[in-house]
Amino acid sequence: MTEYKYIKNGETLKLDASACEGCGECVEVCPHGVFELSEGKAGIRDRELCMECGACARNCPASAIAVTTGVGCAAAIIIGKLTGSTPSCSCGSGSGKPCCG
Amino acid sequence: MEFKPLRKETKDGLVGYARLEGPAPGYIVDYREAAGRFVPLVSPKLSMGDILGDWAMRLDIGRDDYKVAPGLYAIGSPIRESPILVTANYKLSFNKLRHELGGMDAWIVVLDTKGVNVWCAAGKGAFGTAELLDKIARLRLEDIVSHKLLILPQLGASGVSAPEIARVSSFRVVWGPVRAADIPAFVAARMRKTEAMRRVEFRLADRMAVAPVELAHGWPFALGALALSFLGALPLSSEADAGFGTRFGYLLCATLGSLFVGALAFPALLPALPTKAFSIKGAFLGALWGLASGLACTVLGGMGLAMGAAVLLASTAVVAFVSLNFTGSSTYTCQPGASLEVEKSIIPMAASLLAGIVLGGASRVFGL
Repeated sequence: MTEYKYIKNGETLKLDASACEGCGECVEVCPHGVFELSEGKAGIRDRELCMECGACARNCPASAIAVTTGVGCAAAIIIGKLTGSTPSCSCGSGSGKPCCG
Repeated sequence: MEFKPLRKETKDGLVGYARLEGPAPGYIVDYREAAGRFVPLVSPKLSMGDILGDWAMRLDIGRDDYKVAPGLYAIGSPIRESPILVTANYKLSFNKLRHELGGMDAWIVVLDTKGVNVWCAAGKGAFGTAELLDKIARLRLEDIVSHKLLILPQLGASGVSAPEIARVSSFRVVWGPVRAADIPAFVAARMRKTEAMRRVEFRLADRMAVAPVELAHGWPFALGALALSFLGALPLSSEADAGFGTRFGYLLCATLGSLFVGALAFPALLPALPTKAFSIKGAFLGALWGLASGLACTVLGGMGLAMGAAVLLASTAVVAFVSLNFTGSSTYTCQPGASLEVEKSIIPMAASLLAGIVLGGASRVFGL
């Protein structure tokens, strides 16, 4: 399979190896195979594959992972800049705005 | 089809307690009694209406109201030992799930994600811990099944905290596969995922499925292309030629074509285009298209060299912009990267487009 990489991917991802309990939940929830488990500890296999969705941090029972999440959507960022608000995926129901994907 | 009479009131507007008020949606084929409640039984078959509706979504038609009522549903002949699958109330997601389950017997819990798909809703927290805890409690799932497992789509993990669900409720989250199509194999393998089931892919078919929406959003570009092609093709006052139709045709193909190149060729060629930046990949593709179509305008359309250059500049800008917007449909872009791209590319794109329009005008007025 093609492993896509994007500019600045994974730069905010932080893994505290000393806090890691090796449960493997990060490996389980990451949709891009960023993590791997070796010798009972999680490690970052390839940071550039990380789109910063935050699934790992939210599901790490040891709170060993931190990442700044956001929307990787240029349209949301442009709208955010124009309206002075935080870029958000404001598409979908009720917003009256078109949706991506 | 005959529905059994109401035995219990619909509680809190949730499905899964009693018959729905009013006519039932087509996907509900019967009701199944469980724990003294009427749980709607859904069909694994998609109707022509479902298929057309799903395609309308991909074109962004009627998206605000493509929802399923949140609550509990049954598929097949579920019993107390059957798995519980959790999904979003975007009807496209729900249709995909019930279709892919085929002959499986299962319970389906539909969370209220305001009609947004699992991954996007999880990013916003709507497919989230609080919503799942709310549905576990209000649907009294412990009365329905004898086990304590909830199968969630893996992409819900950015919104739902499994440790938190285990701490607060009696249920435990099992992260199912990314794609609904893998659920039967996942369940058959005693809920173990293969590496492939865990990974989001962005294959040609995946990219093309999300491409039409860019085209649907492109109508302002299409109107602009129409207007500018018309103006660009107008005969000079000193001319008495009959070349208007030819010029208009070539210009319209060139300008409207750049919209299609950005919306369809870009997603198709994404992995093959140079650099990581969508705008640069798009500018590269746009320049190629602009070169070809600009040359056609000059040589075959009988317009000046300046008009060819104008088409090149405008086309590069338009394709770059449409391509940059595809970041929102992609499955792997982060916000800092997209922000950087927006900052760096907006002015060059605007300048290139403006230069193209000015040059095209000059070409027509001065016959360059």
